[in-house]
Amino acid sequence: MMSATTTSRGRSRFTWQKAKYALTVLLFLLPSAVPLAYFTIYPMFAALWTSLHKWNLLSPMQWVGLDNYATLLQNPETWRAFGNTVYYIVGYLPLVYVGGLGLAIALNAAIPFRNFLRGMYFLPVVTSWIVVALVWRWLLNPSVGIVNSLLGLVGIDGPGWWTDPTWAMPSIILASAWKDLGFVMIILLAGLQTVPQDLYEAARIDGAGWWARLRYVTLPLLSPTTFFVVVISLINGFQVFDQVYAMTGGGPAGASQVVVQQVYDLTFRYSQAGMASALSWLLFLLVLVVTIVQMVGQRKWVNYA
Amino acid sequence: MSRMTQLARVGLVAVLGLSLTACSGGGEPGGGASSGASATSTPVTITYSNFISNGGNEANLAAIVSAFETANPGIKVEVKTLPYADYFTALQTDVAGGTTADVFDIEYANYAAYQANGVLAALEGVDTAVYQKNLADAYATGGTQYALPSSFSNVVLFYNKTLFDAAGVGYPTASWTWADEQAAAEKLTDTAKGVWGDYQPISYNEYYKVVAQTGGQFLSADGKSAAFNSPEGIKAAKWLVDKSGQTMPTAAQGAGTADFDSNLFKDGKLAMWHTGIWMFGAYANASFDWDIAVEPGDTTHASAMFSNALAVSANSKNKEAAQKWAVFMSSSQAMVDTRLKAGWELPPIADKAALSSYLTAGKPANRQAVLDSLDAVALAPSLGENQAEMQDAVNGQLTEAAAGRKTVEDAVKAAADKVDALLK
Repeated sequence: MMSATTTSRGRSRFTWQKAKYALTVLLFLLPSAVPLAYFTIYPMFAALWTSLHKWNLLSPMQWVGLDNYATLLQNPETWRAFGNTVYYIVGYLPLVYVGGLGLAIALNAAIPFRNFLRGMYFLPVVTSWIVVALVWRWLLNPSVGIVNSLLGLVGIDGPGWWTDPTWAMPSIILASAWKDLGFVMIILLAGLQTVPQDLYEAARIDGAGWWARLRYVTLPLLSPTTFFVVVISLINGFQVFDQVYAMTGGGPAGASQVVVQQVYDLTFRYSQAGMASALSWLLFLLVLVVTIVQMVGQRKWVNYA
Repeated sequence: MSRMTQLARVGLVAVLGLSLTACSGGGEPGGGASSGASATSTPVTITYSNFISNGGNEANLAAIVSAFETANPGIKVEVKTLPYADYFTALQTDVAGGTTADVFDIEYANYAAYQANGVLAALEGVDTAVYQKNLADAYATGGTQYALPSSFSNVVLFYNKTLFDAAGVGYPTASWTWADEQAAAEKLTDTAKGVWGDYQPISYNEYYKVVAQTGGQFLSADGKSAAFNSPEGIKAAKWLVDKSGQTMPTAAQGAGTADFDSNLFKDGKLAMWHTGIWMFGAYANASFDWDIAVEPGDTTHASAMFSNALAVSANSKNKEAAQKWAVFMSSSQAMVDTRLKAGWELPPIADKAALSSYLTAGKPANRQAVLDSLDAVALAPSLGENQAEMQDAVNGQLTEAAAGRKTVEDAVKAAADKVDALLK
């Protein structure tokens, strides 16, 4: 053995080390790579295969090629679901970002009970969506809910909230923003703490007021964190499901029907698993494109100082 | 996260589905032989997946199981109980994954879809004369029985006698029509006191029935198109929709949300209520006096009837034992006694004399109305696999009309167009 390797000794030791290194890396990746491959990547491609079939879950699949995609693209209900999802994002994202930023700035200052308050605002993040949704259904109950009771005290006749098609999506947006506020706050807090204090001092000496410091120091230096929050929130926004399922089930009359709820309904209520898989692939492609656009677009506004 | 979970779920079903086709392709040569050989020595264990006992009747089901096991020493029944809300999702996944129980619950609304897809075993040699004829017929296709009814329930008119007395209005009778109901509801509604005259859900489950009550048809005779975009269909929709805000609370006031109507009735603020006999138990100790009547019709009576059934899996390895259990659970004396004693849903048997103890089992006094309602039943239209989508379409359009965002005529037409599209 020894003599056989002498001729190419340096080279072979190099590749052996490289292989050993690769093996070590793989070994560390294994615990997350195996579940990821089996429960996410494999099902994704299984869903791609399913999306090319007509399948009612009860009898064997039948090949239909791209028919499911064609049907979906011609179906107004698909567009309504995508429209409602975009409506959700447009309402949710500014609310959760501005609210989270406000909280982060407030709780970055030296105020009493700061850690307690941080914990309180983070609590909804670690609460199950089902619990949160049921609580919000109660709060926003049109006849006995506390929100409408309070509005009644100041003479406002509160809307039907999730029982009213006009207010169903705003109700969901409100509950979602409330739940995710703490998450955005924590991320932005971490970002705020990376902003060097001497920059604020310099700005102050230059005569910058509170607003100018926020606008010209905090926000530019926070842009990598903001980028992360926006990407994550957008992806989560496109996948909005739990709160819709638990609060309205997509109703009333489809007013809050979002894409993933439509996937669920198609599979388990309408027995069209192939169509549902096609819809989830359309959603995946949309999220992919939006994320790529963001990755490219970030060069223009994200400041990695 | 949620999309990943969603994809994973869909994908997993896909995976399970692929392995199912692989299994069934391989064949199971031992399947037929086992039932004969095992009769004497080793006991057979069959599985029974159900939702009917969930929420309070688990012990009653266990009593029927033990009576069955005593009568059939060679067979053991392993029970799996799921809540109704999750049951059919689980059943679909089981069918796709090839893990269906030997015997499982289905309901009339989805019988056709399961039967058409070959999920249900044909049940040979069952004496169907013991069942009420319309119930047994509901689960037969092409002259073959594919499931056995396990219970039935129907919808009647509940009324609060105390409110009727206070308003000086005569009690509903079996000869009431819509006009009588409406006149009484108007007199009974007292918005100042928060008392409503009437409550009837504005939904598909009421709609197909009231279409029949006014002499209309939901589907055409050949079942290939919607027939409710007709003067009768529009009249029926108006009957439901026009109550809202007049004699019945609106959606904005909470109508249609969980437990809203049952709480209203419980609080003594609802004079008449169209609901199912499964609510009897909840008002046994109500603070007011109440009773029931056959639902009023317009030109004719038509009552909704719901039924559950037991099916044997087409893939079961113990079909003989499974069928024995299905027969026992749907027609045995032990089942009848247990159900009547517990006030569980009514047994589906033909012998009305056996139901006599039910008639005197307590409130409401006029339990005879439950049986009288069976004389004129509006059978639910069946669209097979498209059932849920059809119901959602009708519910959605009725909701639009009730909220005043669409005229009743437009809503009925839109619903009919959608049903037509589903029937193509």
